[in-house]
Amino acid sequence: MPIVDHATRLITCKLVYYGPGRSGKTTNLMYLHDALPSEQVGSLTSLATRRDRTLFFDYLPVDLGTVGAYHVRFQLYTVPGQPYYKAIRQLVLQGADGIVFVADSQRSRWDDNIESLQDMHANLAEHGVDARALPIVLQYNKQDLPASLVASVDELSAALNFRGVPEFAADATQGTGVFDTLRALGTRVMKRLGAEEGGAGSSRAA
Amino acid sequence: MPVEGDGALTSPATTPAFGSADRALRFDTFVVGASNKLAHAAARAVADAPGQAYNPLVVYGGSGLGKTHLVGAIAHRAREHRPDLRVRFTSGDELASTLHRAIASGQPHQFLVDHQQVDLLVIDDIQFLTGQRETQTELLRLLNVLLQGGQQLVLTSDRQPADIPDVDERLLSRLSGGLVVDVGAPDFEMRLAILRNVSQDRGVSFVDGVLDAVARMPFGNVRELKGALNKLSAYQQLEGTPVSVGDVRAVLGERAPSTGPERIEAIIPAGTDYEGFLADVLQEVETRVEPWRIQLGDAIARWRPEGWRVTVLERALNLTQAPDVDGLLRAFAAAVEHLRGLEAQAAAVDPSWAGHEAFRNVEAIGAAEQLLQRIIETAQPLPGPSPAFTRAALDSTPESQLALKAVDAVIAEPGVRYNPLLLHGPSGSGKSHVAHAIGNAMRERWPARRVACLSASLFVEELIASMQEGGTERWRTRYRSADVFILDDIHLLEGKERTQDELFHLFNQLMAQGAQVVLTSQRAPRALTGLADRLRSRFEGGLVVTLPARERPRLEHLVARAPGEPDRFFLDREKTVWEWPDLSGRLIEEYR
Repeated sequence: MPIVDHATRLITCKLVYYGPGRSGKTTNLMYLHDALPSEQVGSLTSLATRRDRTLFFDYLPVDLGTVGAYHVRFQLYTVPGQPYYKAIRQLVLQGADGIVFVADSQRSRWDDNIESLQDMHANLAEHGVDARALPIVLQYNKQDLPASLVASVDELSAALNFRGVPEFAADATQGTGVFDTLRALGTRVMKRLGAEEGGAGSSRAA
Repeated sequence: MPVEGDGALTSPATTPAFGSADRALRFDTFVVGASNKLAHAAARAVADAPGQAYNPLVVYGGSGLGKTHLVGAIAHRAREHRPDLRVRFTSGDELASTLHRAIASGQPHQFLVDHQQVDLLVIDDIQFLTGQRETQTELLRLLNVLLQGGQQLVLTSDRQPADIPDVDERLLSRLSGGLVVDVGAPDFEMRLAILRNVSQDRGVSFVDGVLDAVARMPFGNVRELKGALNKLSAYQQLEGTPVSVGDVRAVLGERAPSTGPERIEAIIPAGTDYEGFLADVLQEVETRVEPWRIQLGDAIARWRPEGWRVTVLERALNLTQAPDVDGLLRAFAAAVEHLRGLEAQAAAVDPSWAGHEAFRNVEAIGAAEQLLQRIIETAQPLPGPSPAFTRAALDSTPESQLALKAVDAVIAEPGVRYNPLLLHGPSGSGKSHVAHAIGNAMRERWPARRVACLSASLFVEELIASMQEGGTERWRTRYRSADVFILDDIHLLEGKERTQDELFHLFNQLMAQGAQVVLTSQRAPRALTGLADRLRSRFEGGLVVTLPARERPRLEHLVARAPGEPDRFFLDREKTVWEWPDLSGRLIEEYR
């Protein structure tokens, strides 16, 4: 649940982009970094391996400014997709207020998507988080690739979206669907404000 | 209120500077935000008690930020409280013109005479006095006269008084002697609240989100904001269709910069606008965050930076259900006020105690009170009994047996039996001796107990001195710390109502904390007609014993030794000064 600091009038939401390696999670953040008003996004911090894949995580703070009586800040993280970085994924996932699952639409990555989705659920379970209660949206990235290479949204939806969460077709390199994805997740996360206000919203999941 | 413009006496409705158009300048139409909270609070205080709170009050800030509204509201509210209040509302340049007219008519003194006749003088825009040395000198004279007379002065300026060029230093110093507060530019919430107020006042309604969109534009002052609203309202009327959120920027033109750079719209495809996202988030914040949490958060944000411990508020914030927030905040504010009072007392004794951590914890008021007690005790010991009078030296006669038994019982168990103990007897019956003897015996028997032993006349003198110094609370605290309080000759308090009030409260406090009270008087309580009934009844409620007169045997003895001489001594009821080191030459009544 988002952290609400009533004294400083600050709401902080941690949103995590999850998905198999090379599915386009970092590309999502790079697009947002370029597209959002410069005074509202911080610098994109990426710690990458020598092979240019995300090692630890990407981090992009997005400051929505003062919205209503509160200052709202989104912290966007990506996890390293490669299977052997499981420990880091768990670490990043800790305390997430919402997750974007970025699936690679290429048919060749079908199994990777399923494996990563299962991995996400397993990691959430290890943190004691009920995935049904956590805001999650699905993004089917790389839909711009030739139809012969990619699965359709319907196919992907049937395979991955068994819970019927919001889903978006995307082309992260061009930005198609990127903002819609963030907006959908952001709004859902905000809807959880005060839902378990016992801890003033300060007790994060896990 | 005879509200005046600068010139002839006029009714409020026709006063140019404060006329019917300015009736909207009230506190309830003034939107309060972080940028003007202090100015608003100060203005309210001045309006509620002109001449008493902050005098002079100087409100400064940029154009269009509500200075005139605020000072206008002071005048309105002050008039509501006291319809007979004479208020004059003028401006810096009007003041200068009036002075020039008075000089031209050969009656320069008339300026001062005219302006002296007001209870509340509001001078708007004093920055216009820059360089006008003559007017400044007259204003300084006027200020001195008004401030001495307890009349309230409120001034506004578009900058800090110290930043107004070419102003008499003495005038500056006078202006800074009261309270100087600023009003800043409105933030988003304030802008939105102002827009909602204005549109409601004008009976204009807009599509949802329009006012939000206007408020997001960085208008630096309220006039521009209202101008934008006028424009939208006119556009809506002329077009006959409501202005949509998307129209706002087009209607208001490029002059008003938008918060979102254009590239957002260019890059993010249509229908996924960033503003819409913000609107979604706003809606969620407004619907999900409960107002009572906002209220508590506000309070925490207000008190914490000032160093107050806010854990009690933070605990309330973590509750699942709304507590009695108003009650909690009232209690918190009251506790803060109390601690401030304690801190001020401690600082008055020793300035190094100002700002001490102990005076910032609302949950440990008891500890703060104890600390203050120690500070005062260390700095000001209680007046003690004269060592010359001891229990052993008290004459034991058949008539004094009852009194002596009572005295011994009180010494053995102070605060337990015979509380208060009131001993009365005529002059010369040895009351003071008994009083001081009890004090000394208490000190000897109960060294840890704090004994105060003093005459009623000293009690009165100390109270008056403390009132002169503004340290009455400190004086009270000092005596409240006593475990044994012995007040000699309480008949001297007859007719002294204020001292009786103080004694009444002190008495109650001492009794409540189990302290022993011993009083002496020339007459029985019922015969002390100049004492308030509530005191007499309380004194009667303890043990009242009579000390027999001792003049006769002593007189007979003295007459036998030196005939004639003692008669004059006792019949004149002469007093003797006892030179004891710790009495500092104070007069105590002869006890023989």
